[in-house]
Amino acid sequence: MPLGRCAPALACAARAAARRRAPANARRVAGACLLAAGGLLAGCGPSGDAPAGEAPGAAAGSQERSLTVVSWGGSYARACVKGYHEAFTAETGIEVNLADYNGGLAQIRAQVEAGAVHWDVVDMNVSESVTGCDEGILELIDPSILPSGPNGEPAADDFLPETNTECGVGTLLFSTIYAYNRETLVGPPPTTIADFFDLKRFPGRRGMNRRPDANLEFALLADDVPKERVYEMLSTPEGLDRAFRKLDTIKDQVVWWEAGAQPPQLLADGEVVMSTAWNGRIFNAQVLEEQPFEIVWDGQIMDRGQLAVVAGTPKLDEALEFMRFAARSESMAGVGRYISYSPARRSGQPLIDRQAETGTEMWPHMPTNPENMKNFLMADWEWWADHSDEMQERFAAWLAR
Amino acid sequence: MTPGEASTSRSPARPLWRRALGPRLRAAGLALPLVAFVTVTFAGPMLSLLTKSFYDPEVADALPETIAALRQWDGDGAPPDAVFAATAREFVAARTERTLGRTANRVNRVVSGMRSVIMGGSRLMVEAAAEAEAAGVTTDGAFWRETMIGIDARWRTPEPWRALRDAGQRFTARHYLKALDFERGPEGGYVRQAEEWRIYVPLFWRTLKVSLGVTLLCLVIGYPIAHLIANSPPRRANVLLLLVLLPFWTSLLVRTTSWIVLLQNQGIVNDFLVAVGLIGDENRIAMIYNMTGTFIAMTHVLLPFLVLPLYSVMRSIPPAYMSAAASLGATPLQALRRVYWPQTLPGVGAGCLLTFILAIGYYITPALVGGQSGQLISNMIAYHVQTSLNWGLAAALAALLLGGVTALYVVYDRLVGIDRLGLG
Repeated sequence: MPLGRCAPALACAARAAARRRAPANARRVAGACLLAAGGLLAGCGPSGDAPAGEAPGAAAGSQERSLTVVSWGGSYARACVKGYHEAFTAETGIEVNLADYNGGLAQIRAQVEAGAVHWDVVDMNVSESVTGCDEGILELIDPSILPSGPNGEPAADDFLPETNTECGVGTLLFSTIYAYNRETLVGPPPTTIADFFDLKRFPGRRGMNRRPDANLEFALLADDVPKERVYEMLSTPEGLDRAFRKLDTIKDQVVWWEAGAQPPQLLADGEVVMSTAWNGRIFNAQVLEEQPFEIVWDGQIMDRGQLAVVAGTPKLDEALEFMRFAARSESMAGVGRYISYSPARRSGQPLIDRQAETGTEMWPHMPTNPENMKNFLMADWEWWADHSDEMQERFAAWLAR
Repeated sequence: MTPGEASTSRSPARPLWRRALGPRLRAAGLALPLVAFVTVTFAGPMLSLLTKSFYDPEVADALPETIAALRQWDGDGAPPDAVFAATAREFVAARTERTLGRTANRVNRVVSGMRSVIMGGSRLMVEAAAEAEAAGVTTDGAFWRETMIGIDARWRTPEPWRALRDAGQRFTARHYLKALDFERGPEGGYVRQAEEWRIYVPLFWRTLKVSLGVTLLCLVIGYPIAHLIANSPPRRANVLLLLVLLPFWTSLLVRTTSWIVLLQNQGIVNDFLVAVGLIGDENRIAMIYNMTGTFIAMTHVLLPFLVLPLYSVMRSIPPAYMSAAASLGATPLQALRRVYWPQTLPGVGAGCLLTFILAIGYYITPALVGGQSGQLISNMIAYHVQTSLNWGLAAALAALLLGGVTALYVVYDRLVGIDRLGLG
């Protein structure tokens, strides 16, 4: 906004101030001036745009119902909008304002503690929703509100085990896998999680997430620890040392990534020969950007994505209505038609057919495809809720050495 | 007659300071909005957050009887029955009111694993209480001792009780001890953590080293640039200044990503070096995802903060001084060292201080380009603020950082003198 537009109002106000001492008609001039100034100053703000998230619906308030849904942005958020947000608005008339965030609970906690909740529904990792639930900053969800499946399957049996928690409603399963670039990796392709740690047979740099979760599990799986014993081992000092010793073997070859968008980029640039990644990101690169990437499903770490309602939201009714809609098998399958995240309900699995834009067969890309689940580990949120701080510190100390 | 004379003549005994009071108050009044703004948006929140580093009443408030009963306990073996009874009563009540999770998380920070001990255990304790009530069994201390140990044998050992007692201290130094890599030893006192667990002190050192290094690099690069701009004709100076300011108008992430594109193994710089034959294709230089990357990207981002104060100070130095030095027989190097450099010191001081303080708080850039060395203390502060919600520890780390910077500032004041600081 050019300051020039504000100048007349400011000058006018200054003139009015100068005349304050003068009696009689000057006061009228000042009044008129102030009115003009007020009108002009309205256009002098830092920017003319409404703040993000405050869609027109918020201002209209009474006539139009709306709610703010906070999600991870990018291709995933797009998949949600296309997959079921649009259908939700069409069915209920409730406008969905989408906002992006990068995970974390600080903003939710700040809103709840300040009593000014303007996020209504948040898309979260299960570990964060559990912490948020403990902290009392998320609403408890009564499992009885969850709708039954398309053929009347009761929700309690239809949701995959451990997808729902006290505050979180599971919507999808995603997995941390590793992938390689067919064009930069020469020789026979890697097939097991142990190959990721095998620098002799597969020389070259590796991409890994700079966080302990998934990496510690990968390390033990690659070190021939049976998947049932992974968390048990990690709970003992010896098991933890073993995991770090395994990570030590590739440490100086690792490029650490921070954001989910980095692994496809690292693979495409040839910076690394293989990288751990979230399966949806690799799918996106494979199918929409036609990159020659391959996913190795052996040793995939499966985790759940959830929706949660922020405690004390003034739009609780709308939020719960949204949760009920999102918990339908059809909504979950809607997301799965755009990005390769599996529905959290059994009845949602057969509803997925082809990618909505490219016509690619979706099933081979899904983490819950039995072909891909021959050797997988379900991330244990309870263990991570107990140990994530400790592991974060140990991992950071290990990195710094 | 002026108003001043009038008041003097009316009350001749009125002392001078009182006469000056009115205008002074008015002047102070003008600053009120600023004071209010700074208090509300800066000092208040900062103080309230820093308070969290030593004042942590949550567990003490949530479990008052348990904490009070634990004070009588000597810290060896399992506590007396009265503690079991109070704990069970408060766990069951808090579980029903849904406030136990918060408490469990606080205790978990003292001893990892306590969250599931408390949450899993209390679920069974609620059931046990209901069953006992239905059966008409009295739920006294002995009952709860047996029940709790039956649910989780760890309640027989002193560790979970010590964790509860520690977490129940209202005024506590444990966040600071943790921030200095100390932990509770087996005998109850604080001992340094085992080496593989020490993280905060090494990160403080690294942050200090990186910040000093980047500041020095900025000075070495920025000094000639500032000199060039200050001594260019206005038109050229404007263009150069624009080039220095350009990074300010680009998003931080875009700048950082550009460095990745340039410096990575298959990046433009390496491709160029290989193409002209300076290095072989297998010997590409690792310029990013290591300390080099951190230094390059941070220096680029922070350079303007050093150049601008230097430039404005240098512009105020008349070129005649250097000519005078030369005419008195000084070599260019002598003139620079003895005439020009001392006059630029205020700008050097201001620029370095600004750059250093900004560098100390940086973490996104190093995290993206620094590889395994790209972790600085601010990363951990951000983690505890955003993810673990351990604001007490985050506040203690921030307070230590703030204390360190203040100490450096005092040293700087002693060495250079803050009044010599100049922005031109």
